[in-house]
Amino acid sequence: MSSFEEGAELPPLSVTLTRTDVVRYAGASGDFNPIHWSDRVAQQVGLPGVVAHGMLTMALAGRLVTGWLGDPGAIRSFGVRFTRPVPVPDVVDGVDSGEGAVVELSGVLKSVETVDGVRTGKVDIKAVFEGKTVLGRASAVVTLPG
Amino acid sequence: MSREKIREFATAIGELAPACHDVAAARAAGHPDLVAPPTFPVVFTMPRIEEMLRDPGLGWRFEGTVHGGQTIEFRRPVHAGDELVCTIEIAGFSTRAGTNMLTVKCACADAGGSPVCDVEALLLSPAGDAG
Repeated sequence: MSSFEEGAELPPLSVTLTRTDVVRYAGASGDFNPIHWSDRVAQQVGLPGVVAHGMLTMALAGRLVTGWLGDPGAIRSFGVRFTRPVPVPDVVDGVDSGEGAVVELSGVLKSVETVDGVRTGKVDIKAVFEGKTVLGRASAVVTLPG
Repeated sequence: MSREKIREFATAIGELAPACHDVAAARAAGHPDLVAPPTFPVVFTMPRIEEMLRDPGLGWRFEGTVHGGQTIEFRRPVHAGDELVCTIEIAGFSTRAGTNMLTVKCACADAGGSPVCDVEALLLSPAGDAG
């Protein structure tokens, strides 16, 4: 189980978010704030255009961690700050722009301890869009396999 | 917590883990039913928080409110079939650099009263006459 030792790097995850992805997340989450589907409203509040939900970016960070552990129920605590918006390009000629917004996720197992016989670890997470981090203080405490 | 809502949410975030979609796979992995992805509790707690923030009696300026941060702590994962009771409280308020910062905590317990998860949202709004 050397991949779950202190200092281990998580397999990185790169996700391309399209406008359809953001609209689908709005429907699934019930968050219909128009900055997530109307360029006009987003621009009125000073954004370049429609932005992804912060919670969608956080969910991708969750996938990075649970995908590595192989168990969507392995997270004990999970926290982030939303530090920078992720603008997502509009559809072109009725279909998603092939470019989308590429979010790069990576993480490191910073520390490991055994509590009540269960191995737990603290993972520091990085989410980067166009070279800049979009989540601050992103970390999770997880139950480690084995 | 319904299976279909968990599947729909998992699909929307690109989570393809069998334990989020396939009941037999979830049970084989030791879960009583489908497992909700870790950020799923925000889906059912945020509307209650919004309702509270829109209450004029609270004095919070809802227009312009931004989600500044989120934490979720689990005693156990959320599963399909859970009936959760969520209790909301204001856990903190401060004003810094012209921004009002409100921390709202939702404690979610199962039908038997056992704690399942605590969901804490940090909400930001420009400081002004309201707030």
